[in-house]
Amino acid sequence: MEPVLKVENLVKRYAKRTLVGPPQDFLALDGVSFAVSSRSTLAIVGESGSGKSTLASCIACLEAPTSGNIWFEGRNLAHSAESELRKTRPQIQLIFPDPASSLNSCWSILEIVAEPLALQGKLGRKERELLACSLLERVGLSAEIAARPASGLSGGQRQRLAIARALTLDPKILILDEALSSLDCSTQAQIANLLLELQDTLGMTFLFITHDLTMAAHLADEIAVMSAGRIVEHGPTADVLRNPSHEATRQLLAAVPQLPRSSWPAIQQ
Amino acid sequence: MTSVLDVQNLQVSYRSREVRPRPVLSGVSFDLGPGEVLGVLGESGSGKSTLAASVLRLLPPNGHIGSGAVFFEGKNLFQATSEELRQIRGARIALIFQEPSLALHPTIRVGEQVRQVLAAHQSAAKSALNERTREIFAQLFPQDSSRILRSYPHQLSGGQRQRALIAQAIACNPAIVIADEPTAALDPVTQMEILAIFRSLRETLGLAMIFITHNPALLSGFADRILVLYAGQVVEWGPAETVLRAPKHPYTKALFESLPAISVENEKSRKNQLPVIPGNSSPSSLPRKGCSFEPRCPWRMDLCTEFEPALVNLGGTHVVSCFKYKD
Repeated sequence: MEPVLKVENLVKRYAKRTLVGPPQDFLALDGVSFAVSSRSTLAIVGESGSGKSTLASCIACLEAPTSGNIWFEGRNLAHSAESELRKTRPQIQLIFPDPASSLNSCWSILEIVAEPLALQGKLGRKERELLACSLLERVGLSAEIAARPASGLSGGQRQRLAIARALTLDPKILILDEALSSLDCSTQAQIANLLLELQDTLGMTFLFITHDLTMAAHLADEIAVMSAGRIVEHGPTADVLRNPSHEATRQLLAAVPQLPRSSWPAIQQ
Repeated sequence: MTSVLDVQNLQVSYRSREVRPRPVLSGVSFDLGPGEVLGVLGESGSGKSTLAASVLRLLPPNGHIGSGAVFFEGKNLFQATSEELRQIRGARIALIFQEPSLALHPTIRVGEQVRQVLAAHQSAAKSALNERTREIFAQLFPQDSSRILRSYPHQLSGGQRQRALIAQAIACNPAIVIADEPTAALDPVTQMEILAIFRSLRETLGLAMIFITHNPALLSGFADRILVLYAGQVVEWGPAETVLRAPKHPYTKALFESLPAISVENEKSRKNQLPVIPGNSSPSSLPRKGCSFEPRCPWRMDLCTEFEPALVNLGGTHVVSCFKYKD
């Protein structure tokens, strides 16, 4: 089956200009290639600075890569005009790590969820409100709180709100960039359950970018390990965890803190 | 063995528009032995950060200590003068926060920031302070310590900034370091490095630590005892391995069960729904009387809605606050 997203040799170079001396190049992505099947979850894991967030931002068309291809629905997003990208962006939504700063806390919850619809301009006000309320319920928030300001929400509730907002445009792909990392453990479990349920019922594809290998192992069908701008290992989750072939993967596995559950034998490291 | 810190019946609330504001900490009691690592396990709203601030009387203006005492080296900190507190804060009891970029001054080199801590508490010659600063950095940055010393915070990685904060905290050889989610902003490999630093400091300096986190896995192999906070109350407290392997309080059990784990057996449960604790612990969803966890508890009894459970001793030093267990 055709993959829903195919990335080929993606390169992203930043020129760092300083006050003195020549500008220095920083290679954030050094030839990244992978494909993701529909209705599946690919976890992209790696240390800080490995290029994960740059990759997310290129695939979400927030930044243009220096070279390479991003194939989505027959279009190459890396070489598309802005007018084309504007049509594609709604289909690839990004959930950010920090729920506090990614939502305008002065706005009401309803305004935040309905904003993408308002910008798109296809639906009337009543229809937008109805859709927004149904999406709030869908993510486990009550439509009753729609009129309240977003400032009163907890971290977990904010991420649910961010997910509801992302769903308004019926995206095919959701990129979760460290979207659970700032949440408490028990809230992470609740949001993980929500994501699994949405994938099941809406047939979404997830790119789960994280340095939390435990949650990646739980949510993902495949894991790709990034190091210094490259994918150094990629395979089905069980294979990568059982037989890590690259040092970066082994280091990440060794660093995973685990509860001493005596009845569960640890993965061979 | 005399404790280095003895917290007794701490009650703290924040003044608000409500007529009777709910206490953020209620009846919290525990002690810390010299060189002991106490893991305080708590999620958002549990009162863990308020606990850290209360010990050093660093609450915001609307914070109110209702009752209780905090004995440090035999002295009640709640009766200490400002000058006595100033000599203790940063020198005898140090605090490390979660966000190193907020705690470090952005336009002062990190070496200078550590030297200033020394200068505030020790009247020594400038050359002696500089030498001591170099020593501390050499201890925490085995490679590159002189370059790091001269760097500004923005020139350092997240892990390096956290080490710089640790340098500030241990500069005056404190008896206790209170660390509030010190590794939350770090990736797992850096996290492990920071925990290793704490372990080695404990061995070399005999440091006692209160390590506050919401992630129980971090405390495995690190904490000596674990105190579990829920809605401002101690619900369980005991030897770390006991609490982690065989938690007794329904909240602790439910929390551990909701966490995914990497294991060969767990492969079958990949992409299955995790057994989460329903509801949340926001102040508006806490019951007005009875056990705070009761609305979310799978083992609730009628008794739990009427009365608050007291701490029951389960043998040794393991205590739990739940009607399921009788004295």
